[in-house]
Amino acid sequence: MLLKNTYNEFIKIIAKPRSYIGLGVLTALILVILFAMKADGSSYISFVTASFDQTLSFNGNILNGNLIAFIILQMLIVHIPLLVALVTGDLISGEAAMGTIRMLATKPISRTKIVLSKFIAGAVYTLILTIWLAFLALVVVKWMFGTGDMIVLNSSGLVILQEADIFWRYGCSFIVAYLALLTVSSLSICLSAFAENSIGPIVSTMGIIILFTIIGSLDVTVFDSIKIFLFTTHMASWRSFFEDPISMKDIWQSISILIVHNIVLVSIAVIKFNKKDITS
Amino acid sequence: MNEPIIEVNHLSKKFGNFEAVKDVSFTVNKGDVFGFLGPNGAGKSTTIRCLLSLISPNAGSIAIFGKQLASHRSEILNNIGCIIEKPDFYRYLSAEKNLEIFARISGSDSSKKDIQEMLEFVGLDGRGKDKVKGFSHGMKQRLGIAQTLLHKPDLIILDEPTTGLDPQGIIEVRNLILRLKTEQNKTVVLSSHQLSEIEIIANRMVIINKGKSVIEGSVEALVNEQELLLQIELSDPENAIKLIEMEYPALIVKHLYGSTIEIALDKEMVPKINYLLVNKGFEIHSLEPKRKLEDFFMKIIQE
Repeated sequence: MLLKNTYNEFIKIIAKPRSYIGLGVLTALILVILFAMKADGSSYISFVTASFDQTLSFNGNILNGNLIAFIILQMLIVHIPLLVALVTGDLISGEAAMGTIRMLATKPISRTKIVLSKFIAGAVYTLILTIWLAFLALVVVKWMFGTGDMIVLNSSGLVILQEADIFWRYGCSFIVAYLALLTVSSLSICLSAFAENSIGPIVSTMGIIILFTIIGSLDVTVFDSIKIFLFTTHMASWRSFFEDPISMKDIWQSISILIVHNIVLVSIAVIKFNKKDITS
Repeated sequence: MNEPIIEVNHLSKKFGNFEAVKDVSFTVNKGDVFGFLGPNGAGKSTTIRCLLSLISPNAGSIAIFGKQLASHRSEILNNIGCIIEKPDFYRYLSAEKNLEIFARISGSDSSKKDIQEMLEFVGLDGRGKDKVKGFSHGMKQRLGIAQTLLHKPDLIILDEPTTGLDPQGIIEVRNLILRLKTEQNKTVVLSSHQLSEIEIIANRMVIINKGKSVIEGSVEALVNEQELLLQIELSDPENAIKLIEMEYPALIVKHLYGSTIEIALDKEMVPKINYLLVNKGFEIHSLEPKRKLEDFFMKIIQE
């Protein structure tokens, strides 16, 4: 029954126009960034390299596909949660708003399986969004700007990565980025279980992300002890794969915290939905 | 012997401090078209939602097909088809796709042919590929009945199935329900505040008021407990009233309108009154005994 309802959820996601907004907006944003880089990328990159002009000499094509893919990922990872929440925040509350939740909950499928099938469908949608991002950032960008060694400016300084050493880093970073986006999906599904309309969970998800991001960026000791437990702190963990040496300990810690978030959020959604009186 | 399909005992449900259902009990037998009557806000929908596990009761028990709903939910729901208030569908999907989706999780492997046959049964043949967002309320109601029947359940629960329908739609849905009983021998629970609907369709009923079950029994027997009102259309109604009052002073006779009079009496008195009037030369144009569920319902609700 779980698989059957998951299949139903895919049919619904595919048929909903809003599911294509994310893919469309993502494509449009990347095209804007590519246009900007094509038109004036050299001045953008000289802004980054200016402070090293006295000590380093850069030869070859610095503004290549590998660097632009990194820039795209860094810019968009802030916006993609909204695109994810737009679809996943509607999965339970949208049924309540439409009235179909009554039909669904009177079928011989447990409420736990209803929530789990929606989580799986949301996870697959998020995966498709991530794969689309990866395709545009890695395949299309590299086709347009070529490849080469990559320079990354981190808090610890400038890291230069060999061309042959880059692809696997992107592969791993997309996996971690997916896990972060999956947490956003779980959060919006969880909020969706409490709501009777789609707007509430979508806005609340973004509100929580903004709040946690602000708490994470505030340099105040009172928040130091909780920062590590906020999932937003780990949303940028994909960047760790572009450091040298890579801190696997930090990456595993981020992965663990994101997985725990997913489990807790889906569990809350299951408990809430099981206890909910459907009166709409 | 009657085989109970639904047994509700001392059901109660509170929303905060508001007690929507207080100690409701009733039994639905196999093959019944069971009317669930009550004024708006009486607790009908809450009780029906409890039967379908949409709402968890605070107290009482519900057994369906001889099994407790709380412990055999999926097994029981597998054999129930229902419409709660109005059937809502995925508007962005076609009628066929909607039926496919609900059939898939109803435990039936309905083929495209089954879906086509069901659409035909409810009079929606040729509209299966159309998106539901273009359907009228009546069409959605019929699609709801198709969704209810597709997995061939033994028990059908319909909560206010004619709400918002035009007279033609009401007749269509009513006829569909009668066909379920006569052609498919289904047990139907029908919640409504349309008394005439229950009177025509149901064989047994329960009336609930202010969250409590007030009375339960056969529709016919309950209605027949009522005093009969005999309406007679005849020539010279004023003199006819005088004659009846003189011959039978205990009867209450009133001039209803035009040439129609109304007498409250026992069934045995009908031929006597008829004989009296004909014998004294009154021309009887029509003679109609009135005994309505509406009167019974109002009496029960006002008590």
